[in-house]
Amino acid sequence: MSAQRRPFTRRRKSCPFSGNNAPTIDYKDVRLLQRFVSERGKIVPSRISAVSSKKQRELAQAIKRARFLALLPYLIA
Amino acid sequence: MALYENVFIARQDVPQTQVETLTQQFADIVTGLGGTVSKKEYWGLRSLTYRIKKNRKGHYTLLNIDAPSAAVKEMERTMSINEDIIRFLTVRVDALEEAPSAIMVRSAEKSDRPGGDRGDRWGDRPPRRERPRFGDEGGAPPVTAAITGDEE
Repeated sequence: MSAQRRPFTRRRKSCPFSGNNAPTIDYKDVRLLQRFVSERGKIVPSRISAVSSKKQRELAQAIKRARFLALLPYLIA
Repeated sequence: MALYENVFIARQDVPQTQVETLTQQFADIVTGLGGTVSKKEYWGLRSLTYRIKKNRKGHYTLLNIDAPSAAVKEMERTMSINEDIIRFLTVRVDALEEAPSAIMVRSAEKSDRPGGDRGDRWGDRPPRRERPRFGDEGGAPPVTAAITGDEE
C-alpha cells in the first residue's frame, strides 16, 4: 500500500495534546509553549503543528497569558 | 469559594526579602477576608522578554488561592496601588496543582537562548552552513561545490 501511495500526500499527524500521556497546556510552562511559537514569536497555525482545534484555542489562550507575564515575547524584532 | 492562581511581578530593584514581605502582605489580605493561600512559590529574579515600566527583570511569585471573589478583588486592588508591583495576573482555575509548577521544574535545565534548540522545528530550511550569499566573493559558485568544499 505504501508503495502505491500517491506522491505529495503526507500522512496526517495526530494532535500532540490528545492521547494518553499528552502534556497539559499551562501558561506557566514556557518550554512547552515555545515549541508552538515561530521564530518571530507568532503562534504557529494548527494546520502546521497538527494541534486539534479545541486544543489550539486552549494553547492560544495560554500563549497570550504567558506573553502578558513577559514569559514569552509579543514579537522578536 | 473559587480557586485562583495569581502571578505577580515585582520590580527588579526590590530586595528578595521585601518581595517575601509583600507576598505575606497579599496572603494576609486574602486570609483576612475568609480565603486560604495554599501555595506560595517564589520563581526568583527572571528576565522579562520585553521591558515593562523600564524594567528588564522582575521577581516572579505565584500564589494559589481559594477565596471568595471579594478577597481576590481587594488583593488585586492593593497590588495595583503598590508601585513595586509591575504586573499581576489572576486566573480562575478548576483545580490547583500541589506540585511545583512547570517553571520551577524546567528552570534547572533551562538554556538562556529562547527557543534556541527548538527554533527551527517548524521551518523547512536546513541548518545554515557556509553557503555563498548572493554577491559574495565574485558570484555564487555551484551549490554542490560549496557543500563539498566545507564538508572537508
